[in-house]
Amino acid sequence: MADTGGTGRPAGTEPLIRIEGLTKHFPLTTGILFKRTVGQVQAVDGVDFEVWPGETLGVVGESGCGKSTVAKLIVGLEKPTAGRIVYKGQDVASMSTGELRRYRRQVQIIFQDPYSSLNPRMTVGDIVAEGWEVHPDVVPKGDRYRESQELLERVGLNPDFINRYPHQFSGGQRQRIGIARALALKPEVIVCDEPVSALDVSVQAQVINLLSDLQTEFGLSYVFIAHDLSVVRHISDRTAVMYLGRVVEIGPETSVYDTPSHPYTQALLSAVPVHEPVLRGVKERIVLTGDVPSPANPPSGCRFRTRCWKATQICTDEDPALVVRPGSDNPVACHHAEELVVVHTDAVE
Amino acid sequence: MTDLQTTPYADMPGPGETILEVRDLAVEFRTRDGVVNAVNGITYTVAQGETLAILGESGSGKSVSAQAVMGILDIPPAVITSGEILFQGDDMLLMSEEDQRQIRGAGISMIFQDALSSLNPVFTVGFQIGEMFRTHRGTSRKEAKAKAAELMDRVRIPAARERIDDYPHQFSGGMRQRVMIAMALALDPALIIADEPTTALDVTVQAQIMQLLSDLQAETGTGLILITHDLGVVNEVADKVAVMYAGRIVEEGTVDEVFTQPAHPYTAGLMASIPLAERPGQRLNPIKGTPPNLAYIPPGCAFHPRCPMARTGKAAQPGGDCRSDLPVLREVAVGRRAACHYSEELLHG
Repeated sequence: MADTGGTGRPAGTEPLIRIEGLTKHFPLTTGILFKRTVGQVQAVDGVDFEVWPGETLGVVGESGCGKSTVAKLIVGLEKPTAGRIVYKGQDVASMSTGELRRYRRQVQIIFQDPYSSLNPRMTVGDIVAEGWEVHPDVVPKGDRYRESQELLERVGLNPDFINRYPHQFSGGQRQRIGIARALALKPEVIVCDEPVSALDVSVQAQVINLLSDLQTEFGLSYVFIAHDLSVVRHISDRTAVMYLGRVVEIGPETSVYDTPSHPYTQALLSAVPVHEPVLRGVKERIVLTGDVPSPANPPSGCRFRTRCWKATQICTDEDPALVVRPGSDNPVACHHAEELVVVHTDAVE
Repeated sequence: MTDLQTTPYADMPGPGETILEVRDLAVEFRTRDGVVNAVNGITYTVAQGETLAILGESGSGKSVSAQAVMGILDIPPAVITSGEILFQGDDMLLMSEEDQRQIRGAGISMIFQDALSSLNPVFTVGFQIGEMFRTHRGTSRKEAKAKAAELMDRVRIPAARERIDDYPHQFSGGMRQRVMIAMALALDPALIIADEPTTALDVTVQAQIMQLLSDLQAETGTGLILITHDLGVVNEVADKVAVMYAGRIVEEGTVDEVFTQPAHPYTAGLMASIPLAERPGQRLNPIKGTPPNLAYIPPGCAFHPRCPMARTGKAAQPGGDCRSDLPVLREVAVGRRAACHYSEELLHG
């Protein structure tokens, strides 16, 4: 198994979730009545990482890199084609019905779109309390009304709004309802799938602050999936960078962002526009040519080689493993890994 | 302020003649549920070779103001209630429909956010680019196709001559946006309006498109209005910025000045809301509340319910009650305008 960029955890601590060789292929079919499979979209192809108690693991990548599929696989909304998800030492695939139910309570999800992820015909109170129908032992029946009011208040909504419907709320408020629903079952891990990308800048910051407060208060672990590198850096302890269904680099937030080793990470970071006039032009831009190849027909060897300026013959022939390499402190899937120091604010001040 | 680094996009010619002048433009939507005041009196100018960014969150009226300039508002429900739109000195609102049509495409052209839904799926891209020449210039089909190929080369679509007979769905998101840019450039317009041109694109592709836009602008010397919610994009490519809130421009000035020292509390709040990759870990300081519904804009300063500096009643200066006195956009420092009663306090501490 690949080393997943541990940060010197004390001996004896176990990761909450360990993902090994996680793979999800979706069949590509043709024909209406007699469907034939003509190919496989390799959405996720051999992903390894760990989520430790109390940490936030950020997952970044561009559209189509498989990051949302990873989220769905973790919470069991999709079944993996291959690979294992191990929760506290137990393989999720081999869990009994009761154990699986407990797992699903412990691992909750917040979705990207606060409009389509809330049932428009249910009141906010019913949405928050719905999980207790399946898991009645979490909150006794008599306390549920009060408890859902408390949850609404905790996420910054007026508890008197408990009988309102989702359409009466703004996007940011709906996302808070989604967070309250996830918290209702007292989970250990929350998978956040692009939780702020549908929100305006000013509201986005409010939700990010709320998520960090809740993490401190309830000791939650987050798997925070987003395409916005600045947001992921802000909230993560460790970051995994994905490209075409694979993790290409993983490690502590500071080393991935300040000294990235994979050419893709470097290009991705260099493309983020800077927000201060004094920093304009200081950052060296690596402008990638071309587009992301189709996940139905990924390149041989290293999947990034078609857009990589460092690519050589070995990149075509050999698939680079995600391991710690001489040019890097972190596990990185590149034959030519080399740390690059990213320019910082203090460098120009 | 220390002297600024030159931007990678800075090699454009200095501002020349004024191309577009918008004066006191107001647009409202008359719906069954009431009147929505989308744009409430905005004034700006764009000169040759200049890039003006209109920055705002969703519902700030930034897109509607551009659609009014382009003459593509749905009237009704939209009504232009006041203002002038002077294109090279002539008021477009007083022109005949046919004269306006002549300006669209040849004088002002527009790039939309969603290239897939802006292109016609049943015609080839070559045909759609060539349409500009056929309708406006009466060029023959064959000649129009040759010119389309030239343009596709110019926007750096690889193998342009082979791809000219492809349909929009056969192109990736970034390539489709290039097709849109080719169409916008076709008739050498004096002004291009780009409405969120990179919002739907991944960050590495966004960098390519922004680079292309500024290269082309440097070549042709067109004016550019860039409508966006992304502060980073504004900082990287624009010369001037107009910040919109609730249908009004609340602050205007050069990007260097506005971003270094905002003169309006809303702009300052936006800056504090973005997590910066360059400065991780600090707690975000978001603007409280949510942007107002344009059907119920608060009286006085529209921002006052969310403003940390708002003063009402006895605390306010005469004529400076944020709850009842509408602040006008006025000169608060040399070359800078802001619509806040207390801008000077923000600027001078």
